[in-house]
Parts: sequence; structure tokens; C-alpha cells
Amino acid sequence: MRRVVITGLGAVTPAGITAPETWENVAAGRSAIAPIENLRPGLLSVPIAAQVLNFEASRYFNSKQANMMDRVSLFAVVAAREAMADCGLVLTDEIAAMAQVIIGIGVGGMVTLDDSFYRLYAEKNARCHPFTVPRLMPNAPASQVSMDLGLKGMTFAVASACASGTHAIGLAFRAIRGGDTDLAVAGGAEACVTTGTLLGWEALRVLSFDTCRPFSKDRSGLVIGEGSAILVLEELHHALARGAKIHAEIVGFGANADAGDLTSPDAQSAARAMWLALSDGQLAPADVGYVNAHGTGTLMNDLVESTAIKSVFGDCETPLVSSIKGVVGHSLGAAGAIEAMATALALRDGLVPPTANHREIDPAIALDVVPNIPREIAIDAALSNSFAFGGLNAVLALRRYSSGCRG
Amino acid sequence: MSTLEQVKQIIAKQLDKDPSGLEETTDLQEAGFESLDVIEMIFNLEDAFKIDIPFNANETDTSQMKTVGDIVRLVETIQARGTTPKSGPAAADDIPAGGTAT
Repeated sequence: MRRVVITGLGAVTPAGITAPETWENVAAGRSAIAPIENLRPGLLSVPIAAQVLNFEASRYFNSKQANMMDRVSLFAVVAAREAMADCGLVLTDEIAAMAQVIIGIGVGGMVTLDDSFYRLYAEKNARCHPFTVPRLMPNAPASQVSMDLGLKGMTFAVASACASGTHAIGLAFRAIRGGDTDLAVAGGAEACVTTGTLLGWEALRVLSFDTCRPFSKDRSGLVIGEGSAILVLEELHHALARGAKIHAEIVGFGANADAGDLTSPDAQSAARAMWLALSDGQLAPADVGYVNAHGTGTLMNDLVESTAIKSVFGDCETPLVSSIKGVVGHSLGAAGAIEAMATALALRDGLVPPTANHREIDPAIALDVVPNIPREIAIDAALSNSFAFGGLNAVLALRRYSSGCRG
Repeated sequence: MSTLEQVKQIIAKQLDKDPSGLEETTDLQEAGFESLDVIEMIFNLEDAFKIDIPFNANETDTSQMKTVGDIVRLVETIQARGTTPKSGPAAADDIPAGGTAT
């Protein structure tokens, strides 16, 4: 069977504007959650978010290029450029023609939407900027990445709320394994720290006013984040033939739907998605040393997710489990991609990133959630979980890369 | 109209039922409330009574929001306190809980 490896990584996140900087802070558990900056004042109650604060578009784009893009696309293109540079591929016409671009988004061009509606309804200015539509269309990040890098294979957006980034990578993985292409650029992007988006989340009553404390007994909700992570996925022999460095291997993808409640997660269904990823990757639960959890820091998610994990691993030693959302917040459509990157690097470096801001063990969770301090430990296989509103579950199975044959 | 009647109307409308079918003792979950219904009810109560209900879905204790009567007492308690709108859920020590997650 064709194998799929990660040969390039790029990221723009609250924890850093490159993949290595992001990983350094995620691995150290240094939280990027902070008081909200740069929003119209006086409308929000929630005081905190995980924002990408030191991102200067002019460092990467001339004004004409930047003017065509919402913040969400700026993040995606910068991350994708880094990922392509990291993979070291010299793009030929043949590779460019097959290279797919699949980018997950949860909500898309919200800065454009928020600013346009502000102008229309608050400033009573009905003159709409002519680039409003191309900036905010959900496929804008995927299209901008394709155009910027010159990639001409099948290109589209995936929308599955908080699982979008994971679905995008899973689909790209399947496309390569199935022989449709040897190369794909996949990930997620989101720029949703806007007044309108945050008010919507406030109304759901799930935001923390304190900080994001996944799996901690005193967890108080989720914190909205933003950013992008982009992975270059490549067929193994294609990567080996050009001497590429390999960060990790993707071996399985499992996805399903609860077909139940709109917002409450379902432990059995989440567990089934994990089983699907394991069996797709020909892994047994005992092979898995680490689960990068969805771990939003809400009462319900963390409880249900831990139940799901325990049901999957109940008969063997339970793997380490951690959530990086205490560091990078919850960036909706980008979250699964940032977490897949962290999972790959945990395997590569033998370093499990901690669950930041953890204060108190929750007896109802009963997992080793690697509180606050990273764990140095060699791991052979790991899962990366994403569970979305709408009951959509997506799980990736990854392995530390080794050149040996797989049965 | 009494607080009870107003609360019954709000809940009945969300459930697409007749208010006369609801009693003070009616259990909201048994009457058909699902995860988001609690959140929507809070929103509707805040609009109707011009109050701010410091409700956070991450609080654990739902025992005081089980019945129609519980909701009436919740509204009356907040009205008596004279909480001003838009104070945010930071003060939610004694107000219980919902069921939203992701």
C-alpha cells in the first residue's frame, strides 16, 4: 500500500508565526492566551482570546496582494509558503499539475464580513468594497494558496466547523494513499477573533473569562483562537527519491457523524471515530502512546472525550493525553491542523506537549493529561482528535517515521 | 401577567407546545429540552425580563434549573438583586448549567 508522509510544515499561530516557533512554545506549554487587542471597544464581555498579534502582512505581501485577501487567507498563504519551503521540493510542471490544495475553515473571512457590516449598518455607508466577495468566500484560503504556490491539482475548502483542519488533512492523505496524487498541501485556517464572532460564542455561554484549562477540574470553558497550520503530504517513495526529510507518517483517518445532538458530543460516536482511524492505520490500541485531544476546556467536551478515550484504550495501558488549546486557544477550522502538526512533531522529537493551565486533577477524567510540563518519551504512534458542532468527528492516526516495511 | 405565565409562554414557544400544558413542576428535559434549548431560553428570558442571567454552560450544577418553577425562581432572584445587563458570566457562582460542548 502507498504510504503518506509529512515532508513540510508551516504555521502562523498565537504561539508563533512559524512552525518551529509555534512548536517551541506549544512544547513548553507557554500559553498565548491574553487580553483581547485591536477590536472595536465596548461590545464584548469576554476579555480574552488567543490572537496572532505580531503578524505584519507587509512582511510577506505587497499591498496589492494583501488587498485581495482576508486575514484568514493571509495566515494560510504564509503558512503554506513556509511548508513548501520546509519540504524543499523543486516544483516541476508535472508535480504542480497533480498537487492538491485542501484547506479547512470553520467560518472563513470573518474580518471582511465584520468590517463590511460595520460599514453598512453602523456607518450607514452602502458602498461595498469590490473585493468583499472574493475575500470572504470559504474557498478563498485554498484558492489563494493554490495561486500563490502555483499548485494546479484539485483544490477546495472543507467546512466541518472545529474538525475542518482534520478532515482536510484526512482527505489529502486518502488522495495520496489512493493514488490520485503524489503531493498535497493540506491544513486549516481561521481568523475569527472579531466582535461579531466572539459575540456569537458568548451567546452560547461556553467561553471562559479566565483562561483555557483543558481537563482541569476547574476548567471554565473555551478560549477562541486564530491562525493556520499547513502540511505538505507526500507519497513515501516520491519523498525518498528526492531525499526529503520526513517529519512523521500519516497512517489512518477515521471520520463519522453522531446524527444526534447539534452541540453535545457523543462518547460512543467519538470512540468509533477513533476506532476507525486505528483500523484504517492497521494499529491496535496498545500501539498508541499519545492522543492529542480535542480538549477544548469546556465541561462537557473534556468529560465526554475522556470517556471515549477510556472506552477505546480500556483493555490496555492508557496513552498520554494532552490538549494544546491551553496554549493556542481554539481556532475552529485551523485547530485540527495545528494539532496534527503538534502530533507529528511530538512523534518526531519524542516530546509530548503538555496541557497548559492545568490546576486540579478531575477525578471524572482519570487520564494522564501531561499537566503543564512536557514529557520526554519516545512514541511510535499517536492519534489527533477533532470533534465538531454538528456532531462531526475526525481523527488522524500518525506514526513516527521509520523506513522499515509495514505489514 | 405573572412571571410564571411569562416563563411558561417562553418555554412553550420554544417547545412548540401550548403553555397550558406546562405546570410549575414540569421537568424541562422531560418536556423535550435538548442541549441548546437551555441557552436559548436564557437568551429569551433576558430579552423578556430585561435582566442579565450570569449563566455559564461550564458550571456543573444543573439541579436548580430542572423545572418551570426553578426558572421562575431564577428570574425572580435576579430581578430582586437588580443585576444590570451585560455584566458577563464572571459572577456566575450560584447559577447552574447547560450542556453545550465543542
